Amino acid sequence: MMAADSASLPSAPPAGASRARALLWLGHAEALAIPLLALLVSALLFSVFLLMLGKSPVQFFQLVWLGGFGTAFSWSNTLLRAAPLMLTALAVAIPARLGMTMIGAEGALVLGGFSAAAIALPMIGIANPWLMNAAMMLAAIAVGGLWTGLAGSLRRYRGVNETISTLLLSYIAIAIMNFFVEGALRDPADPNKPSTRNIGAEAMIGKIPGIDVHWGLAFAVGACILLYVLMLRTTFGFACAVAGGNPRAALAQGLPVGRLVVIASMIAGACAGLAGFFEVAAVHGKANASLAAGYGFTGILVAFLARHHPLAIIPVAILFGGIAAAGGIIQRRMGLPDASVLLLQGLCFVVLLASETLYGRLRLFNPALRTERT
Amino acid sequence: MEPGSAFFMVLMAMIGGAIRVSTPFLFVALGEMITERAGRINLGLEGTLVLGAMSAYATSYQTGSPWLGVLVAGLAGMGMGMLHATICRLPKVNDIAVGIALMLFGTGIAFFFGKPYIQPSAPRLPSIPLGGWSDNPQVVEALKINPLFIIGIALAFFLAWALKNTRAGLILRVTGDSEVAARALGHSVGLVRLAATGFGGFLAGVGGAFLSLYYPGSWNEGLSSGQGLMAVALVIFARWHPIRCMLAALLFGAAGAIGPALQSIGITQGYYFFNAAPYILTLFLMIGSAGSKKALRDAPGELSLTR
Repeated sequence: MMAADSASLPSAPPAGASRARALLWLGHAEALAIPLLALLVSALLFSVFLLMLGKSPVQFFQLVWLGGFGTAFSWSNTLLRAAPLMLTALAVAIPARLGMTMIGAEGALVLGGFSAAAIALPMIGIANPWLMNAAMMLAAIAVGGLWTGLAGSLRRYRGVNETISTLLLSYIAIAIMNFFVEGALRDPADPNKPSTRNIGAEAMIGKIPGIDVHWGLAFAVGACILLYVLMLRTTFGFACAVAGGNPRAALAQGLPVGRLVVIASMIAGACAGLAGFFEVAAVHGKANASLAAGYGFTGILVAFLARHHPLAIIPVAILFGGIAAAGGIIQRRMGLPDASVLLLQGLCFVVLLASETLYGRLRLFNPALRTERT
Repeated sequence: MEPGSAFFMVLMAMIGGAIRVSTPFLFVALGEMITERAGRINLGLEGTLVLGAMSAYATSYQTGSPWLGVLVAGLAGMGMGMLHATICRLPKVNDIAVGIALMLFGTGIAFFFGKPYIQPSAPRLPSIPLGGWSDNPQVVEALKINPLFIIGIALAFFLAWALKNTRAGLILRVTGDSEVAARALGHSVGLVRLAATGFGGFLAGVGGAFLSLYYPGSWNEGLSSGQGLMAVALVIFARWHPIRCMLAALLFGAAGAIGPALQSIGITQGYYFFNAAPYILTLFLMIGSAGSKKALRDAPGELSLTR
């Protein structure tokens, strides 16, 4: 890849518009190459770690391939996990474009999913499934949006640090769900695990024709495309980018920075809430502690790897969906704890953030550095 | 007040609970306070706490010595802190994001290596019975105090003195308030922050050791639920002062003890609500203290948290 880049680069800098275009493409290539390099380095570090434990890294990555992408079955497993990851990653990426680090997708997902299950309760078995699903989806999006919007408002009006407030709100959201699921809304027919009543088979969201994955995947991809258009192709998105790059300049331009902060955080929460809706309506059929499965936290990593670009989130979410899907087979075949996936994710994240320092410092992608030296 | 009444029982359970629950908060908050006084935020202390809890429990199980476990936990935490500082030293790297990454990474390591230690029972830290003067069992129970709590209180006073009166304290404060001034005085900003973050990580690791070796006193994957993170908020609320950090930790301990205290007299309703009390309290404290003039005045100048 590196060789191809340098080959396509003319040795003498072109003039004018073509030079600007070349620089733009170099920027894109840099944004692609550095995260890939970070992934490669983390895979190498993880291999060294496995070797120290006396396990075979080759077998590990073969199993990741097999369990995540090797068969039609593993692909559907992967995409099933990729769908919520795309939405939780959007929940991190959209505020990040405004310069905010919001990491509360886990809580918005749980509360959104719980609201969907709760609003469905009086309708089970009576209402039209379409109506029921529509009400559930709206409830999940609205509650998720308001929940994270709260963190945005606190940031706007009180200057409360959004990273800490979103994470605190996550713990509170999970406590709210547990409070109801173990109390007032608990299904007495289910003695094993405290849950809300099942929404019923006819109200479950079906599968996309042709592939063995529920419609949540289509909605997640759709949300990525929609938010790509919104954040990179509209004046709203441009205003967000300006506010994220330099809030003072944005204010001086008369941009409503405070309002943008709140709107972006509401969009973020709505995405996570939508993920919660599909987890309830297409996977579990009810709300319980399984909703807090860690999608919100892996979503943070996905968003950072995708450099907060809504379209780049799609492939990165599929990659990490695949690694998560392979967790079971790795545990069975290699005798590694299920936390090895978590460890690999954490390692990727650390290496990725360390790699941020390379931007603008690699001569391959920054011709200006080359001319400076001569 | 009549001993034995429900109110008295709840009160004693809360005092005892506050002392037990506040100890990890106390250590993490003091550590984070030192880190932040150097001008850096380490949000990864949540992961450090979990890693400390696991390594302390594993060491105590393998060697039979809980105090060795505390030391190993501290060293593991110091390693995490120094990793944070080393990565953040690179230009263009955001310390908050690195903290989030280390939160996941530390938890990942702890769960990975901690799997075999969930079942076995390791020797726990002893406690000092200070309630011998009373013949009331609740008072005796509440005043069984862990030495780490006393160390933590002493440490708070020591740090308050050291920050003001020692050369190291001065260098730390200068680095946190102005990188330029620190460099002009001939100190390496990176080295000071490496030491401060390593020290903060050490204390957070010890806080984790308290969790697994004293209260709740076992190792499992749900052991820490945001204490490391709440401590970061607590430091802001305490406006970066050691004594106020100690008082805030006690307040948090009391809030965290409400749920179990009510449970001890049979009130289980709303248990999950009371479990969430510390988070809600933290959020309200942040709303109250963020952006206030006092907080802005006391904040270290180089801190990216108080933008």
